Amino acid sequence: MTKDESDTNSDLYIPEPLHRPGDTPDFSHIHVRRNDNLEQPDVLVDSYETERHAGGLIRVMDMQGVASGPWLPQVTPDILRKGLRAMLLTRLMDDRMFAMQRQGKLSFYLKSRGEEAVSVAQTLAIRKTDMVFPTYRQQGVLIARDYPMKRMMCQCLSNAGDSSLGRQMPTMYSSREYGFFSISGNLGTQFIQSVGWAMASAYKRRDDLAMAYIGDGSTAEGDFHYALNFASTYRAPVVLNIVNNQWAISSFQGIAGGQSKTFASRGLGYGLASLRVDGNDFLAVYAVTRWAAERARRGGGATVIEHYTYRAEGHSSSDDPSKYRPNEEASAWPYGDPIERLKQHLIVIGEWDDARHNALVDDLSTYVRDTYKEAEALGSIAAGTGIDPKTMFEGVYEHMTPTLDEQARVSGVGTWRE
Amino acid sequence: MARMNMIEAIRSTLAYQLQKDDDVLIFGEDVGYFGGVFRCTDGLQETYGLKRCFDTPISEGGIIGVAIGMAAAGLRPVVEIQFSDYIYPAYDQIASEAARLRYRSNGDFTAPLTIRTPVGGGIYGGETHSQSPEALFTHICGIKSVIPSNPYDAKGLLNTAIETNDPVMFFEPKRLYNGPFDGDPDKPAMSWDSSELGEVPDEEYRIPLGEARTIREGNAITILAYGTMVWVAEAAVRSHGIDAEIIDLRSLIPLDMKTISASVEKTGRCVVVHEATRTSGFGAELAALVQEHCFYSLEAPVQRVTGWDTPYPHALEWHYFPGQARVAAALEQVLEAA
Ligand SMILES: Cc1ncc(C[n+]2csc(CCOP(=O)(O)OP(=O)(O)O)c2C)c(N)n1
Ligand SMILES: [Mg+2]
Repeated sequence: MTKDESDTNSDLYIPEPLHRPGDTPDFSHIHVRRNDNLEQPDVLVDSYETERHAGGLIRVMDMQGVASGPWLPQVTPDILRKGLRAMLLTRLMDDRMFAMQRQGKLSFYLKSRGEEAVSVAQTLAIRKTDMVFPTYRQQGVLIARDYPMKRMMCQCLSNAGDSSLGRQMPTMYSSREYGFFSISGNLGTQFIQSVGWAMASAYKRRDDLAMAYIGDGSTAEGDFHYALNFASTYRAPVVLNIVNNQWAISSFQGIAGGQSKTFASRGLGYGLASLRVDGNDFLAVYAVTRWAAERARRGGGATVIEHYTYRAEGHSSSDDPSKYRPNEEASAWPYGDPIERLKQHLIVIGEWDDARHNALVDDLSTYVRDTYKEAEALGSIAAGTGIDPKTMFEGVYEHMTPTLDEQARVSGVGTWRE
Repeated sequence: MARMNMIEAIRSTLAYQLQKDDDVLIFGEDVGYFGGVFRCTDGLQETYGLKRCFDTPISEGGIIGVAIGMAAAGLRPVVEIQFSDYIYPAYDQIASEAARLRYRSNGDFTAPLTIRTPVGGGIYGGETHSQSPEALFTHICGIKSVIPSNPYDAKGLLNTAIETNDPVMFFEPKRLYNGPFDGDPDKPAMSWDSSELGEVPDEEYRIPLGEARTIREGNAITILAYGTMVWVAEAAVRSHGIDAEIIDLRSLIPLDMKTISASVEKTGRCVVVHEATRTSGFGAELAALVQEHCFYSLEAPVQRVTGWDTPYPHALEWHYFPGQARVAAALEQVLEAA
């Protein structure tokens, strides 16, 4: 029986995005105000006092680059220029690596275009000793921490310069030294692990935080809920970031349940301070992160931050977004581009100009190109990685086992036996 | 030297580890103030403090996820999953994370954690308090799987497990907590008092993972068993007067292939016994290894005695359980084969 014939209102609802290919993107329903008059509360407020912050949108810059309001952070122009530089470098590296993927030098690549402010501003707002639990879209963290770009590129090329021996797909970096937890391809798992790291830090009475990331789509995994619950129970010093870039491969954020309530507001139900921020507003991201980090360091526990942003390109080198969303959606995104906006702000406050900007872009482009050449000289999936096959059998356990030794021998790569 | 049951042996080992190393933390559901539903952590919170032994939300995935983060940060968590039947929500964190962290980061991060969890049936626990999921973990590279069959081994193996820098699954056969069990539910329960292996030295000792224990020497046939089934097999052999060699594997990964091969080469016959369901159980691995390593010594096909491929039934528990009769029948069949 169809609905028309029956007297029931029951019907299965399947959410759909605003626009599909062929539609003209229209975000006019999104009211872009400078801020929602969201005051900056004391860092130790009760979590329920952040209810409006979880439902609203914290912003500092308007679209002309003028910064104002209660969340205006105290930050020097030098730090802002460092942020601009790191965002540019992230984007230039992404572009280069993506192009090299298209040439067959890499098996895969994944960009973070449009989301650079999230990883870069946050990194500059915390300490180097804080451990970041990233997803594959936070390459900006490593770049903001001055991790050698050549090592990142070698990882992507899976060559002899890859410190993890080509074991992981491109972009799945790991660096304890730089406070960057080993990226997992299994979505969400890092979120609850970050809470454990934070609990360990608290147990050791250290001041270090954990800061974790998860995508809008991946908030639907159990690990997201485990993390919020454990963080609340044990008041763990952790910053829990949700990067709502509107898309999870081809699924819009409504599929993960983002339509009726903001992702940030989920934190409130667990008793966590929860903030929602314009993720393309470098200053606002910086400010909320400072707030959350201070709250955590002062014993106030975890904060959930939703970064409202937009994934400006395809999910990865394997994706073609024109199959499921209009190509113009990225440029229609009402919150603009994070790099352009920070540049504009620096110009407005008299700390930057177009000539310096262009010179910087030229400089960084040359640096990226030269660094890539150096990295590729160490090998690639295409030209041969130079990785010793014997290493495949190492590191499964702390010590070589007789079983693995035997398999290595049978495979022809050798043995560890005398 | 003290007489201990398996619970006391485990508890005293945990106490020793807590006292010795500030980085050891114990947590899980009901393990803190109350001391665990099987009492393995009884009194530890009182003695060592709230932060050393505490309760968690009922969230197995959360427990293991948090433990991995702590272990990566340099602690040595020892967590309890109340029944192994409830471990599946944590499977992703164990299989994809704990087991692979060292490898994928090339040693940059590691997960030295111990996961204790009761296994096995025979307590009228039905399908959700009786399972033996060890094969789901032995199939995963990067973790070790240990299963003691007595208090003496429980202490030595647990010390090693906690001090190991790889993640370790520590399966505790719950039917053996209070005494050895020969598979006959109608007999009065036995206690560890009457067993040599219930004598647990006061001093600390470690049993290396990957060394089996020969429970009984024999020449006619080799029995490979672990956990509860060690004692069922032992009773079956005794009552049938079979000249069998019984090997208690103690550790499944790593596996003591040397002891297994030496025994099967001597006896020429082999029966594998476990309580878990049959298909793709660890017995399949054992049977394959025995024929790979000892084919030309074998005088009969290797046989498996296992639980059936059904959920663990509540009322029909003893029809499911591979008791003495099933073990004896398999032994006789393999012994009679030309
Ligand atoms: C557990 C798991 N399920 C599915 C996938 C496949 N997958 C990879 S990325 C992705 C989309 C994730 O979207 P989101 O969390 O929003 O992060 P984003 O890519 O937008 O940064 C999916 C489904 C996976 N890697 N892991
Ligand atoms: Mg997304």
